[in-house]
Amino acid sequence: MTTDRPETTSRRSMVARLSATFAGAAFLAACGAEAEPAKAPAAPTAAAKAEPTKAPAAAPPTAPAPAATGAVAITGPFEGEAKTLTGAGATFPAALYSKYFNEYNKLTKVEVNYQSIGSGGGIKAISDQTADFGATDSPMTDAQLKEAKGGEILHIPMALGAVVATYNIPGLETTKLKFTGETLAAIFLGTITKWNDPKIAADNAGVKLPAEDIVSIHRSDGSGTSFVFTDYLSAVSAEWKTKVGASTTVNWPGGVGGKGNEGVAGEVKQTPFSIGYVELIYAVQNKLGVGLIKNKAGQFVEPNLAGVTGAAAAAAGKVAPDLRVSIVDQDGAATYPISSFTWILAYKQMTDAAKATALTRLLWWGTHEAQKFNGDLGYAPLPAEIVTKGEAMIKSITGAGKPAFPGK
Amino acid sequence: MTTRDVENEIASPASWTVQGPPIFARRGGVGADDVFKWLVYITAFAVPAVLVALFILLVIDAWPALERFGLGFVTSSNWDNVKEQFGSLPYIYGTVVTSLLALLIATPVGVGAALFVTEYAPRPLRVPVSFTIELLAAIPSIIFGLWGFFVLTPIMRSTVEPFMKSAVGPLPVIGSLFQGPSVGKDLFTGGVILSIMILPTIVSISREVLLAVPTMQREGMLALGATRWEAIREAIIPYARVGIAGAAILGLARALGETMAVTMVIGNSSRKITGSLLTPGYTMASAIANQFTEADNPLYFSAIVGVAALLLVVSAIVNVAARLMIWQISRGVAKGGTRG
Repeated sequence: MTTDRPETTSRRSMVARLSATFAGAAFLAACGAEAEPAKAPAAPTAAAKAEPTKAPAAAPPTAPAPAATGAVAITGPFEGEAKTLTGAGATFPAALYSKYFNEYNKLTKVEVNYQSIGSGGGIKAISDQTADFGATDSPMTDAQLKEAKGGEILHIPMALGAVVATYNIPGLETTKLKFTGETLAAIFLGTITKWNDPKIAADNAGVKLPAEDIVSIHRSDGSGTSFVFTDYLSAVSAEWKTKVGASTTVNWPGGVGGKGNEGVAGEVKQTPFSIGYVELIYAVQNKLGVGLIKNKAGQFVEPNLAGVTGAAAAAAGKVAPDLRVSIVDQDGAATYPISSFTWILAYKQMTDAAKATALTRLLWWGTHEAQKFNGDLGYAPLPAEIVTKGEAMIKSITGAGKPAFPGK
Repeated sequence: MTTRDVENEIASPASWTVQGPPIFARRGGVGADDVFKWLVYITAFAVPAVLVALFILLVIDAWPALERFGLGFVTSSNWDNVKEQFGSLPYIYGTVVTSLLALLIATPVGVGAALFVTEYAPRPLRVPVSFTIELLAAIPSIIFGLWGFFVLTPIMRSTVEPFMKSAVGPLPVIGSLFQGPSVGKDLFTGGVILSIMILPTIVSISREVLLAVPTMQREGMLALGATRWEAIREAIIPYARVGIAGAAILGLARALGETMAVTMVIGNSSRKITGSLLTPGYTMASAIANQFTEADNPLYFSAIVGVAALLLVVSAIVNVAARLMIWQISRGVAKGGTRG
């Protein structure tokens, strides 16, 4: 009750905000950690499915590399490389990266410190050169690339993720509902408001849909997951594209926002007649009903890792050389349409040669040997076509003017 | 110097005048006095300086957004990152509504609990009851958030909100606060969770204030034949009302800045301001926490910092308003005092 109350208030709210950020990060980290064991049983089936559909390409990670580079393998420490690297960025691949970096440390004794602060933070960190590499789920825009302080930035794909539509309709727990892109867009736009809407019913013949209001649930925090989902809706619905658009945070036309994948998953689980979107792994973990989505080829496909790798393979032939591409709504009968890359961002011309060597070796290992960890953690491995394109990028990185990748 | 010498010196003021101030003289001269004075000045001014610096920095970072949208930054309710339109009205609305609702619920409950502890509770109950209530203050807000998410929201959705809609909904004016489907994640739930969080602040300060009411005041009233309720109403509450108002304001200050717990139950939707408490909303603090990490475009970042600056301004306005209110009330007390 003295004159300093305004300061007290502002300080308290600062602390609250900070602690919220940390708590959020801790919560995410905790969920990420939980994800590993929970995901394990589901993975073998997904991996098994991946092999027949995606040819030999996607399955054994060391095999797909073409003959020319087949001999290149990271087998141990390398003389003269930096012993520590720092990275920052996307939370979505954080569980995967922590597995990568842990294994990589055992192999090469290089310590990689990765902070999962969000894609926006990762872009900022690499642009301001406060980290050796960044990580993001949504590619940098041309304007952002121009603002980077250290010159040209490369987008190196590390893994693939899928976003699934998940719902909670009492009585239809075991029914897999079918959705087209247009119905999903209409639901999130608020133009379809009831579960028994004729548009939903048309795709789900024989299912007794309730006459209840749909509660749509979206991410309240900025997120690569939202980017992929809204990117997909923009690709399939002109109305969505003009009214809302695609971004890590959009102005949602309605519904309720949940914080994080776990927030949306939890919200869907406890709200009857709701629909939301989450990363594939969270839906599996929370045993949520997952919708089949109609792909470009007209097939209703269930989200699985093979379908995601398929989307990337389908896109590989026509992608821009810098790999800053969206792979939503791709061709192919088994392709799952709401898929995306997650990238590591690195400067093409690095000033520190030792760090450049360490980073290129890490990236090489990550896009080759380490891909075998993807399936178990709920991420789809990269198709061979994309790995090859990544190789060229890694080899183009220079450290203090000289090519940085030592070739082993 | 022996003990005896010291005693002599203290005993005889004459020796002080002769030798100068002995204690200060021995510890580094008269300068120490000045040094300490300036030290106190600096610490006193450092605190407001931090506030001013904080505000200036926020405004500098927020400037691109403030310049571009002007007054629209506060009056527009369109917050669209994709189209680069930023109006923070829904956030301001959400913050003010949930905080006031929290205050409305927590103040009577808090004062009631404090009165129980000071006036009614048998002695052995006093400490455990107040200790338990104050323990609430030690619970981190994320715990409230999780509890709110998993326990409170389902209860609100399935029981409390339908009840409010049927009981209060049909009434004129106030009924408009309880319209629309019960989602459970809305301004109402946000206000309820905040009220629980600010309760310990209100209880503990009100209790201190009530304990400070002179026993004579209380006993005098009772001696005049007043019942306990009359004594509370006529003698205790009027005496303590400034302090109680202060307690409520400290609670309000906490509610305004609270982030995590509210974020988890408020629904985080900035789309509409309907006037009903049953619509999902958004608070300024939640907006910052939610959107800061992915604010990768400069204007968006600037807009979020702008919300932070606004939060500071809103907190300041509330505090100033509260201080004026206390000032008014305390003048009333002074008059009442002369009358009594």
